[in-house]
Amino acid sequence: MGQITLNQVTKSFGDVNVIPPLDLEIKDGEFVVFVGPSGCGKSTLLRLIAGLEDMTSGHIAIDGKDATDVPPAKRGLAMVFQSYALYPHMSVRKNIAFPLKMAKMEQAEIDKRVDNAAKILNLADYIDRRPGQLSGGQRQRVAIGRAIVREPAAFLFDEPLSNLDAALRVNMRLEISELHKQLDTTMIYVTHDQVEAMTMADKIVVLRAGNIEQVGSPLELYRTPRNQFVAGFIGSPKMNFLTDAAAAEHGCKTIGIRPEHLDISRESGAWKGVVGVSEHLGSDTFFHVKVEGSKDPLTVRASGEVDLHRGETVFLTPQGEHLHKFDAQGLAIR
Amino acid sequence: MARAVNTQRKAINTAAAWTVALLIFFPILWTILTSFKTEAQAISDPPVFFAFDWTLENYGVVLERSNYSRFLWNSIIIAGGSTILGILIAVPAAWSMAFVPSKRTKDILLWMLSTKMLPAVGVLYPIYLLFIKLGLLDSRTGLVIVLMLMNLPIIVWMLYTYFKEIPGEILEAARMDGASLKEEIVHILTPMAIPGIASTLLLNFILAWNEAFWTLNLTAAKAAPLTAFIASYSSPEGLFYAKLSAASTMAIAPILVLGWFSQKQLVSGLTFGAVK
Repeated sequence: MGQITLNQVTKSFGDVNVIPPLDLEIKDGEFVVFVGPSGCGKSTLLRLIAGLEDMTSGHIAIDGKDATDVPPAKRGLAMVFQSYALYPHMSVRKNIAFPLKMAKMEQAEIDKRVDNAAKILNLADYIDRRPGQLSGGQRQRVAIGRAIVREPAAFLFDEPLSNLDAALRVNMRLEISELHKQLDTTMIYVTHDQVEAMTMADKIVVLRAGNIEQVGSPLELYRTPRNQFVAGFIGSPKMNFLTDAAAAEHGCKTIGIRPEHLDISRESGAWKGVVGVSEHLGSDTFFHVKVEGSKDPLTVRASGEVDLHRGETVFLTPQGEHLHKFDAQGLAIR
Repeated sequence: MARAVNTQRKAINTAAAWTVALLIFFPILWTILTSFKTEAQAISDPPVFFAFDWTLENYGVVLERSNYSRFLWNSIIIAGGSTILGILIAVPAAWSMAFVPSKRTKDILLWMLSTKMLPAVGVLYPIYLLFIKLGLLDSRTGLVIVLMLMNLPIIVWMLYTYFKEIPGEILEAARMDGASLKEEIVHILTPMAIPGIASTLLLNFILAWNEAFWTLNLTAAKAAPLTAFIASYSSPEGLFYAKLSAASTMAIAPILVLGWFSQKQLVSGLTFGAVK
């Protein structure tokens, strides 16, 4: 079980209000990702759930029981920290066994569980080493091992992959997703990387300045962002926004169109522009096109290798069904 | 050219370092040398450095006249007891200051240190009266308490700087792993801070060992440590320089040996945090 309910939760540090009243329901077995720019309060929210920070007001319930005043040790949650936070003076085995030892479990059961976790995470070869002798990826696995042996109600991940290099990050992303499928336990994952959010989550919670901007599945957020902030934050490269004449044409303040929903042509189209920087990734090509009447260049995604040069005049046409319209407050118009 | 200058500079620096070191060590060296002289040679003018008749006579007399082992034992109990008691109180105090600081934590630390700026004699009278009332005069228990209180600010400060270097996330991880506050301190914080705690133990043991004001004023015979043993040879009448030196040498020898073997730990402890 791992159902978590936040009810009117707030948090202030002195006079600074980090989390205004917030409600959130996390279902058992869900993979929920908190995403948002740095300083949006996502880590604070996770630490409130963990019990490492005290709430200023509100209630939190875990599996229907009020946990507002329950200390972190008694909440039955396991956490994986950004810095891994391994115990440097203990071997991998002792690190993973620590929560079980704290739970006063029998040694035979501890050994069984630690060996099992080591097998799942491919740690058996390093079991007697100290954390200092491990690579970043291995340390991360030990931290996850320490979390899974307890069979917690939910896992909390605080930007666990941000210290790893790009290739390893992709690997670990898959491993964590795989682990979620295997264990079928609630996972709450904090990241500022929207690619991690999109690829891993069942449900994404987009935060800005402590406020929940939108909650939904990755594709819901991608297809129907509730406002301009979510539209700009989800998707990579980010959505293009146009105001003034181009928006007035559609009867709104701002229009948004994703780079993959713009058709590019040398001959004709809705907007005329000049090619600036192009980024060739092999599978895709991104063009930055300076369009008349728009402050920022528009990003266009073209499939495969497209041969367009800097300074060339091109025409862009938005795919009508993928056009997003926003009002003066930045809210989506449907 | 540059290399020649470098070598020359190195030689000068080395010579300067030795000069300063010898200057600092000279009183101790002179004490040790004097302890092997006769009383007449000890006060001879001009003084003799090495060309005297080396004798162990002073040590014989001192050992015969006083019960060295009793003073030594008292010193060990008082220095050791006050240090261990101090550590037991300072670890939780430093933990709370380092990991759950409040707005006033820095002020409290400074205030604690400021108590060290007061001359000890300023509180001699009240403490003396308290000791009479509590029957602690000339007792090892009394001295353990007083020396512990005197050194507590230093112990807390040292541990605080060590603890500050330990990432808070590790302690939070322990909390998430189900450790109680006590388990967190015993299983995680203390083992991680062992080098710092060892340096603190050593330094405070040395400070307590050498402490003379309280040990001389609050003891008579029963609880007197080695400082009192030395003082008993500094008589206003008669000339006992050689015997005084022999007693001093015997009093500092144990701590000198301890310091010598733990110098690496001590230096790393005292310069901790100076670089990064």
